[in-house]
Amino acid sequence: MKKKSTFLMITATLGFAFLYAPIVSLVVYSFNASKLVTVWGGFSTKWYGELLDNDQILDAAFISLKIAVISATLAVVLGTIAGFCLSRFKRFRGRMALSGMVTAPLVMPEVITGLSLLLLFVAMEGLLGWPSGRGTLTVIIAHVTFCMAYVAVIVQSRLSSMDESLEEAAMDLGAKPGSLFFLVTLPLIMPAIVSGWLLSFTLSLDDLVIASFVSGPGNSTLPMVIFSKIRLGVSPEINALATLMIAAIALGVIATVFQMHRLKKNAV
Amino acid sequence: MTTSSGAAWIASPTLKKVAQGIKKKFNWGRALVISIPTIWLAIFFLVPFLVVFKISLSTTEIAQPPYSALFAWDAEEAIAVLRLNLGNYLFLFEDTLYIDAYWSSIKIAAISTALTLVIAYPMAYAIARSHPKYRMILLALVILPFWTSFLLRVYAWMGFLKKDGVINGFLLNVGIIDQPLAIMNTDTAVYIGIIYTYLPFMILPLYTALEKLDGTLLEAAADLGATAWKTFFFVTLPLSVPGIVAGCMLVFIPAVGEFVIPALLGGSDTLMIGRVLWDEFFLNRDWPMASAVAIVMLLFLVLPIMLFRNTQGTKGENF
Repeated sequence: MKKKSTFLMITATLGFAFLYAPIVSLVVYSFNASKLVTVWGGFSTKWYGELLDNDQILDAAFISLKIAVISATLAVVLGTIAGFCLSRFKRFRGRMALSGMVTAPLVMPEVITGLSLLLLFVAMEGLLGWPSGRGTLTVIIAHVTFCMAYVAVIVQSRLSSMDESLEEAAMDLGAKPGSLFFLVTLPLIMPAIVSGWLLSFTLSLDDLVIASFVSGPGNSTLPMVIFSKIRLGVSPEINALATLMIAAIALGVIATVFQMHRLKKNAV
Repeated sequence: MTTSSGAAWIASPTLKKVAQGIKKKFNWGRALVISIPTIWLAIFFLVPFLVVFKISLSTTEIAQPPYSALFAWDAEEAIAVLRLNLGNYLFLFEDTLYIDAYWSSIKIAAISTALTLVIAYPMAYAIARSHPKYRMILLALVILPFWTSFLLRVYAWMGFLKKDGVINGFLLNVGIIDQPLAIMNTDTAVYIGIIYTYLPFMILPLYTALEKLDGTLLEAAADLGATAWKTFFFVTLPLSVPGIVAGCMLVFIPAVGEFVIPALLGGSDTLMIGRVLWDEFFLNRDWPMASAVAIVMLLFLVLPIMLFRNTQGTKGENF
């Protein structure tokens, strides 16, 4: 038994090293004065300065943030409704269809999703005249569609693992369906909704393939700009950008985890 | 019956039941709530596939949009003409480029899924068997990289694997090799990239399955004289099959259509169908051909997607 647990320890340690080594090296080399990855030219923050002078990256970052906030918010609304329907309405017509359409986007290759949405937008424009052209709006619609699937799965699993007795008690006390949802169910699934929003925000901010298909000229998102830059090779500016993004996301996740931990402790 | 007032027909118990049934069935508020996400997904997820299918049957034209209409109005005969073009599909099977790309995508995806499973299983097992106090922290450590940008994590590997990158620099300095290894722009780099980015997707469902495992079963097996490895192969492994299937599908299906990893880490000879579709669309501007490539890829993936759907249980709780 002892031998097996050392084996487990070693593989787990190696596994975590494998997960974190590239991220750590990215952060370390963003402070490297030298442009070469292998040569340590001393500590420097000059790449951060160059990053802040790069208007192309800053503009794209602004567009991406805007898209991510709007898409995450819409995805949370639609995804919560979908997750709620799937776990609280046991039987309804189209249940199979809805649960299928919620699961499939999770694994659908991005090239297929991107291509199919673009062709839909083009066909709709020809038929209805809307959406006219492609840009921020079409990217938002695309991101809402695949993010809401993630939110729905998170909310659904949270609801299924949750005790229904509180909702039943509220119903017995005469709560109308509307107030039941907003006053009882919604506060209970808030942690799932928060993590759904954060996940949608990250997924939207990170998406390259789908945005490349459905975005129009002059509306390049941050991943599109990053991709066109790193295709040509490693660039220290991107290292600096990556470090900033990793720091922001890590802080956000850690703050959320702490907050939830506190909420859980208070609840028990 | 006397309590129900009014006309005689409503006094009939059968009719009353029907009336109640109708009232129950047409819960308008509920139907409205259900219809919101359903309609959104139908328009923006389901209908697009029909559009792709339609366009895969049309012909490329130098126009805006660059494909021919399926229906045309024939003025002389005064009838609508349906013009189907199966040429795109025929071409898919004529040109070996496409068949090779499908085959090599499936091969690369399958091998990397298997390797990911081999790496993820001990990790998930170690986390599930660790002290409950550390379990949440370890799990958070698995999920954290998944929250950071996928594109930037692939980019990090470029700095690691390239000729004058971190790995070669280290190995050269230590003296294990005297020539830099050519890993970047090869299939090996693509394997590493896929395993790396999809590892959390494999660990999470495995962890969920292994955590639920009843410890008394393992004790029973040990009491009955099974060795640790025997217990693993005959008790633990079979009981974690749902987790294995879910994890493998979460890795395999997106990996088949992967574009970013082969584009950044792969070489010019790394054939993957996601890249072929991308080039067909963005470089050749052949929308009908790209659509045909997408439809055939979907046909390959229908079975794995169904398999994945059936294993879907409480997966989302880990995000």
